[in-house]
Amino acid sequence: MGFFKKLKTGLSKTKENLFGRINKVVKGFSKVDEDLMEELEEILISADVGVVTTMEIMDELRDHIKTKKIKDPEKVPVELMEILKGLLTEKKYIDKPEQEKPNVILITGVNGAGKTTSIGKISRLMTERGKKVMIAAGDTFRAAAIEQLEIWAKRAKADFIHQREGSDPAAVIYDAIMAAKARNADYLICDTAGRLHNKKNLMMEMNKIFRVIMKELPDSRVETLLVIDATTGQNAVNQAEEFSRSIGVDGIILTKLDGTAKGGIIFSIYKQLNIPVKYIGVGEQIDDLEDFDEEMFVNALFESE
Amino acid sequence: MAVFEGLSTKLQDIVKKLKGKARVTEKDLKEVMRDIRMALLEADVNYKVVKEFTNTVTERALGSDVLESLTPGQQVIKIVNEEMTSLLGGTVSKLTYSPKPPTVYMLVGLQGAGKTTACGKLSNLLRKDGKKPLMVACDIYRPAAIKQLQVVGKQLDIPVYAEEDNKNAVNIANNAIKYAQKGGFDTVLVDTAGRLHVNEELMQELQDIKSKVKPMEVLLVVDAMTGQDAVNVAQSFSEEVGIDGVILTKLDGDTRGGAALTVKSVTGKPIKFASVGEKLNDIEPFYPDRMASRILGMGDVLSLIEKAQESFDEQKALELEKKIRAKGFDLNDFLDQMEEMKKMGPLDQLLGMIPGMNAKALQGLSVDEKKLDRIKAIIRSMTMKERSNPNIIDASRKKRIASGSGTGVQDVNRLLKDFEQINKMMKMMNQKGKKGFKGMKNMQFPF
Repeated sequence: MGFFKKLKTGLSKTKENLFGRINKVVKGFSKVDEDLMEELEEILISADVGVVTTMEIMDELRDHIKTKKIKDPEKVPVELMEILKGLLTEKKYIDKPEQEKPNVILITGVNGAGKTTSIGKISRLMTERGKKVMIAAGDTFRAAAIEQLEIWAKRAKADFIHQREGSDPAAVIYDAIMAAKARNADYLICDTAGRLHNKKNLMMEMNKIFRVIMKELPDSRVETLLVIDATTGQNAVNQAEEFSRSIGVDGIILTKLDGTAKGGIIFSIYKQLNIPVKYIGVGEQIDDLEDFDEEMFVNALFESE
Repeated sequence: MAVFEGLSTKLQDIVKKLKGKARVTEKDLKEVMRDIRMALLEADVNYKVVKEFTNTVTERALGSDVLESLTPGQQVIKIVNEEMTSLLGGTVSKLTYSPKPPTVYMLVGLQGAGKTTACGKLSNLLRKDGKKPLMVACDIYRPAAIKQLQVVGKQLDIPVYAEEDNKNAVNIANNAIKYAQKGGFDTVLVDTAGRLHVNEELMQELQDIKSKVKPMEVLLVVDAMTGQDAVNVAQSFSEEVGIDGVILTKLDGDTRGGAALTVKSVTGKPIKFASVGEKLNDIEPFYPDRMASRILGMGDVLSLIEKAQESFDEQKALELEKKIRAKGFDLNDFLDQMEEMKKMGPLDQLLGMIPGMNAKALQGLSVDEKKLDRIKAIIRSMTMKERSNPNIIDASRKKRIASGSGTGVQDVNRLLKDFEQINKMMKMMNQKGKKGFKGMKNMQFPF
């Protein structure tokens, strides 16, 4: 509850900046021409959609306008909306079928993306659904990361497995797997230290963690989720690509959508890498996380006051 | 996937495009500006800033004699580079100290920008400068944030002022200043909670802290990977709290960092520091010229040169040269050389600074540092006698070396073969005469 409103307030600025602007822009035009196209292009770019993806979307929009013989500039935003929605729904996140317990969720991302907070929120989502959740403190690097996660685990009423700061993250995950099996947990959610995707050693460490999970739980459903800060620019594509190379990212958690950032980078990620968004983060409270809903996402962008 | 090859490739194209022209028209220039605009956008510079920037460059280009110049392409690039450097601040900007200590600094920014880490790094830097810093934990919201700063403080052995049970950040900050005055601290760094710039309540808190502790500088911590939204963040913090400088974090990633340009041009405040790694001494002054090259994708040539100079011990090189002339190059020297290279930093980082080396090119070329380590291990598993005279290494010695270094006999063989080749090269150079040993610095090891 309250999610739609939250997303709306979060995105209301977005709407003003982005699609509110579209409406304003088209009102200044009496016909559909290249100047209008250029304005729209700029608006997408200012939402972090990225130059190449914007060009592609604009080409598609031009096609639509041509084939549908659209003459009224005010009809253009609706068309654009359709394209954006289509792009997202076409590659929608699909849950893998559940298998043997525990289901594993491996969380990764660059530093400061919001991994720990997201884990708290996901755990809460699961415990509220009556699931037995265990959290593994795989961030053994950052100062007080373990303590931070422990507080979230308590809030989410999840079990918490950790070792000391500085210990081998793969070993922590291994222990957690054993514990999850022993305690018959429904979900094992693994935190990992934030790492920049261009650090080879850290990406290899990530891969090692992944391999430990795959080896110990070959019959479990393992989801790898990449946390991306919605404020991130074009670098998010590199992030998605590199983490994918290391552990095969199944889905994205798009965080910090309650600010003015638009998260438009996901369109590039969908287009170029086929990695869908699974969850979005819209606040700092434990229930400020929801399944990503493409329709709602785009609708909220276009919703008028 | 790097769809956009960076501006350097683009710029090279531009040079080519304009090269064959007897006269460069305004239309040509407009086309070039479009390319530059696209490249800057792809580097995450805010579109409004890009617009202003390309306008300035166009004006300057039209005003100067670019159009008549024989090398119009290079002229344009020169203007682009100059304009960007000056827009980024021109020269290195230092921290200011209060005449009446303690000097108070306040770190502000969005969640996850890296404030707490930056706080530790900056304190470390201040201490190196002979200051006695105190860090203050004012993030009372995020779970374990206070603990995080305390751990950082412990790692650095720099005191942290915290009040775990106090839920009033303004109050904590104020008490900390009093504590600093009593304790003889001359610099105080106030770490604040991450907050969204649209959160009025929390922005008010920053104003309250600021008016209470009267910081010498409020430093906005900005993630270098930030996209177009950097403009809103910078504007809000600048208008509502008022900032004096910027710390750019996570520059050790592969982002072009266009946000730097956005933030600087929106706030008008200098970017003072760049945070470049996971360790607590990975912070450096911000160099506008280098950042300009980075955003433009022209490679961080200056940094590379400086790094090489810093790490390469001239004296040692001379000694080596002498020795080689006298006795020849042995495996000990080989090991030394590798250490020298290693000092310059991770190899892929170095390669990344070379112009034209974009992330895509590096992927195929990624330097295996492990391989270097393996070579070192092999050499270290040899006796001194073997190192100075590799010819005595027979099959049984090879076996011993291989097992000692955890490698295989074929690895040992490969190393010896490589070494032999290098030695041959050396001898050839030696025979060529007394031209000096300049080749040493650019010598290519075949691994």
